[in-house]
Amino acid sequence: MIWIIIIGMAIVTMIPRIIPAFIVEKLQFRDWVNRWLSAIPYAALGALIFPGIMSVKADQPHLGMFGGIVAIVLAYLGVHIILVVIAAIATVYLLT
Amino acid sequence: MMQKGFAKGFPIMVGYIPIAITYGVLAKQAGMSLTELTLMSMLVFAGASQFMGANMIAVGAGAIEIIVATFVLNFRHFVMSLSFMNRLRGSALKWKLPMSMGLTDETFAVTAIHPKEANMKNGMFFYAGIMVTAYFSWVAGSFLGGVVGEIIPERLSQSMGIALYAMFIGLLVPSVKKNKKIALIAVLAMLINALCVQLGMSTGWAIVLGTIIGGSAGIFLLKEEQA
Repeated sequence: MIWIIIIGMAIVTMIPRIIPAFIVEKLQFRDWVNRWLSAIPYAALGALIFPGIMSVKADQPHLGMFGGIVAIVLAYLGVHIILVVIAAIATVYLLT
Repeated sequence: MMQKGFAKGFPIMVGYIPIAITYGVLAKQAGMSLTELTLMSMLVFAGASQFMGANMIAVGAGAIEIIVATFVLNFRHFVMSLSFMNRLRGSALKWKLPMSMGLTDETFAVTAIHPKEANMKNGMFFYAGIMVTAYFSWVAGSFLGGVVGEIIPERLSQSMGIALYAMFIGLLVPSVKKNKKIALIAVLAMLINALCVQLGMSTGWAIVLGTIIGGSAGIFLLKEEQA
């Protein structure tokens, strides 16, 4: 089962990366498709963050929220992403 | 040129190793073996989707959900790859193919601020250097995480579960700072996702729907910027 997942993930990760190598010379998108594509990463990130973040500690949803708020503040201040990650881990660790 | 690429890839290495270790720890907890989680890093080489995959495996999501969610999540690489390949128009396909495979958010970001090398002699070795550095630190870090996962205290490894979300926040917030409408797109996706979960949909499909419907708001919201 896990092998099917790994191979499937590898294939669907490869496809979007590799197709442009073949088609970039001849491609012209409609504007709205471009706008949709450019919004996808942000929508994906949003959907991945919430409500999943509340399940970091299944019995204490507020812990994930606190960690998330620390991450938002630090990221907004321009702190490097790795420090954002470490600070969020530390927050949850200390509050546990 | 290759060495110059290694040097520019170094910050990616510093950023990747702890995240890769965290991935290894989580993947181990999700029930994956050391071989499986390392192979996933070697074959998939996409941080966010591997975290998501491990999480979804842990909650018992089905293979198709995980694969579709991965596809939707990684579709952003299509846009990045288009932009990067556009810059490499003059290069041979034998270079473009491995370059496209080494594309991640981070390698894309670093190559994007070094556009000149695309037209330089042996410039491809510069980009290859960045990607090789990123790839090996990611794979090695994952393996290491899978190894230390056993000896790490449970309170710490549980707390590391936030790492994935903190990384997504860390990727999202700088974009929101540049364009507030991006926050609206992300929040809309969050709400659609939460609603789908409330309606009893599985995590995987909820994320897929949240992304596709939430992202379509960008068709209207990102209008002025593109025009």
